[in-house]
Amino acid sequence: MQHVSPVREPLVTGGKTYHDITNDVSRQVEAKPNIRWAIALAVALFFLGIFIYSVYRTLWFGIGEWGLNKTVNWAWDITNFVWWVGIGHAGTLISAILLLFRQKWRSSINRAAEAMTIFAVICAAMFPVLHMGRPWLAYWVLPLPNTFGSLWVNFNSPLLWDVFAISTYFSVSLVFWYLGLIPDFATIRDRATGPIARRAYALLSFGWTGSAKHWSRYETVSLILAGVSTPLVLSVHTIVSMDFATSVIPGWHTTIFPPYFVAGAIFSGFAMVLTLMLITRDVFYLKDYITLEHIESMNKVIILTGSIVGVAYITEFFIAWYSGVEYEQYAFINRATGPYWWAYWSMMTCNVITPQLFWFRKIRRSVVATFIISIFVNIGMWFERFVIIVTSLHRDFLPSSWAMFTPSIIDVGIYVGTLGLFFTLFLLFAKYFPVINMFEVKTILKSSSGVQHSHAPETMHAHSPNNQAHHDK
Amino acid sequence: MQEKIKYWKGLEELENTPEFVRNSQNEFAEFLPVKDKSSSGKNAEVAPRRDFLKLLGFSVAAATLASCEAPVRKAIPYLNKPEEIEPGIANWYASTYFTDGDYNSILVKTREGRPIKIEGNPLSSLTRGGLSPRGQATVLSLYDTTRLPNPVTKRGEKHIDAEWEQIDQEIRTKLGQVNGKVALVSTTIISPSTKQVIREFGAKYPSFEHFVYDPYSVSGLLKANGGTIPGYDFSKAKTIVSFGADFLGAWLSQVEFAKQYITNRKVTKDNPNMSRHYQFEATLSLTGANADVRVPIKPSEEGVAVAALYNRIAQGTGGQVLNTPAFAQTKQLDAAAKELLANRGAALVVSGSNDVAVQTLVRDINRMLGSEGTTINTAAPIYTKQGDDTQMIRFINEMNAGTVGAVIFYNANPVYNHPLADKVVSGLKKVGVKISFADRIDETAVLADYITPDHHPLESWNDFEPRRGYLSLAQPTISPLFKTRQAQDSLLAWSGNNTSYYDYLRNHWRANFAKGGDFNAAWDKAVHDGVLEGVTSAGQTTTATVAPMTMAAAAVAINQTARNSKGIELAIYQKSSIGSGVEANNPWLQELSDPISRATWDNYLAIPRSLAKEMDIQQNDLIRVTAGNGKTIELPALIQPGQARGTVAIAVGYGRTHAGPVANLVGVNVYPLAATNQNGVLYINSVKLEKTGAEKVIAQTQTHHTIMDRNVVQEASLDAYRKNPKEVTEYIKVATPDGPQSPSKVSLWYDYEYKNHHWGMVIDLNSCIGCGSCVVGCASENNTPIVGKQEVLNRREMFWMRIDRYYSSDTHKDTSNLGTIETYQAMEEPSENPQVIFQPMLCQHCNHAPCETVCPVLATTHSSEGLNQMTYNRCVGTRYCANNCPYKVRRFNWFAYYDNEKFAAQNYQMNSDLGRMVLNPDVTVRARGVIEKCSFCVQRIQAGKLEAKKEKRRPKDGEIVTACAQSCPTNAIIFGDMKDPNSQVSQILRREDGERAFHVLEELNVQPNVTYLTKIRNNNLTTTNA
Repeated sequence: MQHVSPVREPLVTGGKTYHDITNDVSRQVEAKPNIRWAIALAVALFFLGIFIYSVYRTLWFGIGEWGLNKTVNWAWDITNFVWWVGIGHAGTLISAILLLFRQKWRSSINRAAEAMTIFAVICAAMFPVLHMGRPWLAYWVLPLPNTFGSLWVNFNSPLLWDVFAISTYFSVSLVFWYLGLIPDFATIRDRATGPIARRAYALLSFGWTGSAKHWSRYETVSLILAGVSTPLVLSVHTIVSMDFATSVIPGWHTTIFPPYFVAGAIFSGFAMVLTLMLITRDVFYLKDYITLEHIESMNKVIILTGSIVGVAYITEFFIAWYSGVEYEQYAFINRATGPYWWAYWSMMTCNVITPQLFWFRKIRRSVVATFIISIFVNIGMWFERFVIIVTSLHRDFLPSSWAMFTPSIIDVGIYVGTLGLFFTLFLLFAKYFPVINMFEVKTILKSSSGVQHSHAPETMHAHSPNNQAHHDK
Repeated sequence: MQEKIKYWKGLEELENTPEFVRNSQNEFAEFLPVKDKSSSGKNAEVAPRRDFLKLLGFSVAAATLASCEAPVRKAIPYLNKPEEIEPGIANWYASTYFTDGDYNSILVKTREGRPIKIEGNPLSSLTRGGLSPRGQATVLSLYDTTRLPNPVTKRGEKHIDAEWEQIDQEIRTKLGQVNGKVALVSTTIISPSTKQVIREFGAKYPSFEHFVYDPYSVSGLLKANGGTIPGYDFSKAKTIVSFGADFLGAWLSQVEFAKQYITNRKVTKDNPNMSRHYQFEATLSLTGANADVRVPIKPSEEGVAVAALYNRIAQGTGGQVLNTPAFAQTKQLDAAAKELLANRGAALVVSGSNDVAVQTLVRDINRMLGSEGTTINTAAPIYTKQGDDTQMIRFINEMNAGTVGAVIFYNANPVYNHPLADKVVSGLKKVGVKISFADRIDETAVLADYITPDHHPLESWNDFEPRRGYLSLAQPTISPLFKTRQAQDSLLAWSGNNTSYYDYLRNHWRANFAKGGDFNAAWDKAVHDGVLEGVTSAGQTTTATVAPMTMAAAAVAINQTARNSKGIELAIYQKSSIGSGVEANNPWLQELSDPISRATWDNYLAIPRSLAKEMDIQQNDLIRVTAGNGKTIELPALIQPGQARGTVAIAVGYGRTHAGPVANLVGVNVYPLAATNQNGVLYINSVKLEKTGAEKVIAQTQTHHTIMDRNVVQEASLDAYRKNPKEVTEYIKVATPDGPQSPSKVSLWYDYEYKNHHWGMVIDLNSCIGCGSCVVGCASENNTPIVGKQEVLNRREMFWMRIDRYYSSDTHKDTSNLGTIETYQAMEEPSENPQVIFQPMLCQHCNHAPCETVCPVLATTHSSEGLNQMTYNRCVGTRYCANNCPYKVRRFNWFAYYDNEKFAAQNYQMNSDLGRMVLNPDVTVRARGVIEKCSFCVQRIQAGKLEAKKEKRRPKDGEIVTACAQSCPTNAIIFGDMKDPNSQVSQILRREDGERAFHVLEELNVQPNVTYLTKIRNNNLTTTNA
């Protein structure tokens, strides 16, 4: 019954049983907070404080607190926005597309990746609101019936498309993520000893009993949601890219942007998932579930998307030269050799050169190297957005208006502040929610755990699905 | 008998016990027993918790209620409506602006009794409806919060408010007992009546003298020309040669000269002729930027150059040649001489030098060329500057010698703006009575015993005679804001004359300028028109001491100057915005960027690149400048293309210490560095430069100076234009299946249909001289905020209109043999002596506007008349429109600029009750967080259409003009309805189509409603311009 592949590596190592899985994952939810976790949370809360202060300055005094000017009207705000949205892409890709492609290795990382998606989109959503001159009127971008006369939104505006794209993406991701959490919440509820925990998780698990009917509905809904989310993976960043691509600014007005942005988003999303998972597996002792095989698979995705991004960068240059448009040509030469050359070459180094190291198997399977490179990619992708936004704007058509952008302390505060917000949310998630999808990992235990379960122990948890059809076949 | 019924409120009142009577006096029967435990001992009553909470609750509630109350704002309605004032309808009054030699006949727009905007008076044949930036801005100075609200006397170091009666009494007594000379020191006065008042006042004293000086003097010019300025007429000149005279800028009469100058500079296919203008100067001036041929020379070379020209003209006309050193740059000088000789009778030579020797030669060059009577109107000499340096220096010496008993300063601030300020200060200590008419406690007034503040000119009656026979009047447009009194009234009062200055003025006119007939009617017409021209006037007698100089003496002097020159030479110049610094506290003028360097809020050391390289000076390095006279200042360096090698330049008008919060400590006072001798002031000196190691950043509104070979601005030579006008403009074509086409032929968008009007603008780059009048006019009309130096440094200036200034570069993409990257880098470097082109840039009101499509909330939309409209209250401030604007003309309200302490000093027009009076009530003051931009003065369009509608007709062409088009002294900006085939705009567009008319960035197919006309340069020295 148990099959051990001679070529494939097991996805769960350490001879885990079903019960072990439940224990290992529920452990940090049930145990007292780990000291390392507490320190991390304190740091995250400190940065959250910086965020709150910076937002207060922005809202109270105005956007003038930032470093923007009449030529560069967007800089760190939209850079951060696109960066965070990009990071948010991995979650959906892992949970939806890899689900449809039957990639079993996704099981142990999808929960955290989806959570990361949700938190990244929350961070991203801060920026479109904060960057407005009058954020208290942000609801005007929604097509709401109103008493202002026949005022309506402008459906021609890519910013409006953004509103729809991001809000759809956020709601679908949230539902998908929460849906997957329900069976695991029920497990924790059943194991809980304290009354508060029991109450809380009972509430969160929506009365899940694990009946066949529940599982059947669960399967249906998750498949539908996977189907719905799949186009979103492509659409969200496509639409974000249209903020730039539909404009007239040289360096923005580029048809290659949609695929290039999507590839970049997956690239940065995977890098962020790696960064987080490498920390989580260490802090919460989950090395048997997030194995080197997982890391290697993700590194392969990074090398693919990183190369796509690299090709896109080169294509942009080629087209600028080939088009013969002097503004376009100057925009690209200025990117590489102008006053922001350092940003451009940071981007090239981090995004195009470093991921190529993953062609070496040793590096691909080295936790330390992967962690470092994942940070590089995160930095590189931030610079990519900075380069696209700031270097295109700062020298556009009329040389009289050329200007430089220098971030203010508040710009920096808001950026590091959103990191604080993100990590606060992620750390709370990691402590109070099951970071690994227990029931899905259990489904692959038999097929890919690295040990013969010749006599499957009867310790299998009552709520584990035992009739799943969609993964194992 | 009716019994009086008494109602009582309670038994206590009925009983009326003494205790009750006592308590009834207190509103609160008994104060809550809150006592501090520690202070009242062990047995004292301790505040019970409940009482404490009661009191706390009451206080919180009371405080909350009190803070809810809205502040009481008093609006006083017109219960008795003044006859002429219709709320919401503007009244216009003709008046005159004259400050610091800058003369403009003006129209003042008042709303509900307060002046809000100044425009040029088209009835004046001198300024012809044009108006200088300073003239535009003076309306804001009226509401300057620093103005003195009442007369003050000085007791010790303190200024004490005084009443007029009391101060008059004291002054009269003191002047009566004065021991020594009574001196009145003023800058140039061109008012015949005021001069009469002063004469009458002076007659009361045994020893009285009126000393006249100008902060930036032209006394050399006056001395060489018999005490007046020759009546230059640039409109008659085909060849103009100027040696350092910034005649389009702050030299003498910028608007008048600009109007004249431009008549011969406008070209059309039918008349492809224009004057040629040679400029020899040290620092790149506005005039030099407009010259066809510009030659950088050292200030000490100016005399040599003039003498060299003199010799060439003398040779050509058979005169005597002088023995002076040779001038190096013969090519341009030969061409100039040849052309001047060929254009005798249509030639004009001017010089900005304050050296009598140089001006004497210039006078004789003009005589030899037959300019007198042609390009110099001998019947109408110019009076706008009359200051005599020699006399002023004598005054300073007399003060120091202790022979001056009393001094009255009228429009004079020598402690700030005279090079010998130290001696003025020391001399003033020896003067018994010191009176100042200053409107604020300025640098000189602070030393005076009495300050009797003058009215602002917009509150005053006065007359002016800028040229002989050209009179104009100023009338009050608002009743005095403060307890000030017109200086003339003060002088009349002190001389015991009880007539008001208004009556005095009328009488003076009746006696001197009445042409017969009904004087009252003639007076009313003159007040209404603001000007009275063709008057037989006795002219003005100036106090300038005329010292005729022989040619030989002039040659000797020039040789001397040339020999004495050593080291780095400093040229001290005036900016057309700040001028001599009188109105330095006007934030519009401080923020109006310099037409050439585009710097704001500062003066700086303009330094040529060669010298910067030699001394390893970077832009913004703080440099210590030590002049030949030992005076030292420190100011930042600005690398100025066009600055002559071995020279540096600094502008006057900055470094005020007592002008008010806007101007104080902005820049450095450079007057003390001017060289002085017995004859006068020379605005040059030799200097030593030292790096201090520190840095002070200059706020420029443009930091990139070359055009990078983009055809954003287009220019061609006059030869090319004459050859084929269809070849002068490069039109972009795009490839289509039907061959190359104009980009507008290929469009994804539907075109708008304009049924009624289609507003458009034409800007002639050939006429724009870059003066910046339009910028101030726009700011004044549209309530744009002033943001101050730091925000300009942050590149957040808010002016809707800007003038882009581009220098030419030596490197061009087509001809460069460098690599691509190096070529681009080299293209960023301006030439050493660049050609300059100005381009007024404002919202282009695109028909396919990129800003309109990207706004998520439809806050910016297209009107049915072609306007790109901005709906401020719909804007949420995403700034996407500003990013997507290829012209970068949209402005964002980064902060609230009104009611904001951070901007209170610079932007007092929106932060003080007094300042707010200047705001145009027809234009919203924009909130924080919204985008704003040029609206094509939509409020004027609406008003014009309404007016026409009331009269049941269509608006006439020229009836609706934008503020920028209205203020342009050279009519470079034409606004009108492109739907009306007979409008000027339509006619120009038809005439110039395919020739000079082009759209900026046509390849983007945004289809602007603003069209530019290619600049034509008459700079081919091989063809003689005759």
